[in-house]
Amino acid sequence: MQTKLAAAPEDGPMHLSIDRATAAAPVGEIKITAKDVAVFYGEKQALFDVSLDIPGNSVTAFIGPSGCGKSTFLRCINRMNDTITGCRVTGRIELDGGDINDKKIDPVLLRARVGMVFQKPNPFPKSIFENVAYGLRIHGLANKTEMGDIVEASLKRAGLWAEVADRLHQSGSGLSGGQQQRLVIARAIAVSPEVILMDEPCSALDPIATARIEELIDELRSQYCIVIVTHSMAQAARVSQKTAFFHMGKLVEAGRTDEMFTNPRDSRTQDYITGRFG
Amino acid sequence: MTEHTVKSYEDELNTLMAECARMGGQAEAQVADSLEAVVRRDQLLASTVVSRDEKLDALEAEIERKAIRLIALRQPLANDLRRTVGAMKIAHNLERIGDLAKNIAKRSLVLVEAEPMTPLTRSIERMGRLVVARLKSVLDAYTGSDVERAIAVWSRDDEVDEHYNSLFRELLTYMMADPRTITACAHLLFIAKNLERIGDHATNIAEIVHYEITGEDMTAVRPKTDDLTAA
Repeated sequence: MQTKLAAAPEDGPMHLSIDRATAAAPVGEIKITAKDVAVFYGEKQALFDVSLDIPGNSVTAFIGPSGCGKSTFLRCINRMNDTITGCRVTGRIELDGGDINDKKIDPVLLRARVGMVFQKPNPFPKSIFENVAYGLRIHGLANKTEMGDIVEASLKRAGLWAEVADRLHQSGSGLSGGQQQRLVIARAIAVSPEVILMDEPCSALDPIATARIEELIDELRSQYCIVIVTHSMAQAARVSQKTAFFHMGKLVEAGRTDEMFTNPRDSRTQDYITGRFG
Repeated sequence: MTEHTVKSYEDELNTLMAECARMGGQAEAQVADSLEAVVRRDQLLASTVVSRDEKLDALEAEIERKAIRLIALRQPLANDLRRTVGAMKIAHNLERIGDLAKNIAKRSLVLVEAEPMTPLTRSIERMGRLVVARLKSVLDAYTGSDVERAIAVWSRDDEVDEHYNSLFRELLTYMMADPRTITACAHLLFIAKNLERIGDHATNIAEIVHYEITGEDMTAVRPKTDDLTAA
């Protein structure tokens, strides 16, 4: 795993007015710093010069209309775009000051530090226990005796333990949608990541299951840096402390969530969150 | 401003603000008429002002109901949220203004019983006209989304206070000179105080309009000449 660099140098003012809020927001230190990140799919540029600080121990929400680049940017953070042919990422993304695109970084190990939860729950066709244990096994992170404890702790942290404790060896796909999504979150946190990326984690869930996931996100933020892409403005407002608005591949505005939803600076943000386009 | 994708939402917001503006016009008329009733010793006009106050109360209730419904069903955000909450707050201030105008009208009915005190009435009239002008100006700022105008109203808050303080001294002089005028002077003093409060409500509305348009509070300290000790 990469060696963490010493304190990241402060090199001049950041882009946009992104940092007007982070200083005052009740959140942790900057965990992820993106500088001039651009993404190309072949000839087509999907993301333009995104510079953004993402604080630790907090939830940052990415909002914007479909095709605005928010999921593309999210996928840059754990190098998921590496797996897409013809996709090219430029610019710099630092995790705790270290460049994640450095040649010496193994993307598989990076993804253990930066976990991801997708729109549709995607449990492996294995038992509930094996789903959570899977990451630990492939990374060789636990021996047999530790395994059971970590699986239990992860399921507890994901708020699923009480519902599945008596059927750990049944298939994960037999769970409800909301339970499956919490199982996937348990799988993500089993390998002790530092960052959890969530790409519309509730869009396939009913309101009750959504509320449970949101409650879980709120609990998890004390230990993790969470980045969530959501189409629901209300969800962004409910769960995040910082919000970034993307439009047509550009980061338009980012700041404290409460300010973004009461007094956005940019008229495009205003138009989007009030339902005037998009 | 770009229109909402959902047209009925746009209509609801516009209706809310239009009703608030209409209520503002009625509140302004109530203040102007109550003042007129005092100056002209017009009992009929005074009674009309008193009976019309119910309309303002009903309008406030209606605006509040609409705003709550809009918050529940549309979940307004950003400037829409500020406009919705602003309409509720402005309606509340206007309702209070209506109550104060009604109280002025009631006192004018008592004043008719006493001898006219022309110089004092002139002072009340000057102060009242200034207050009505401020109220009109802030309501224009609201309907025209004119932040400069709102700031202008807000920053001249002290003019009304100066009038009030000088009227207070004037009234004291009269009461000390002739105790038979005390009843009438006491009523005039309350009328002046009511006008001063209406001025304060106009200032509140200016602050609400400013927040609604800019999203920022008025940060500067409001000029204040509060020299009660001087009286």
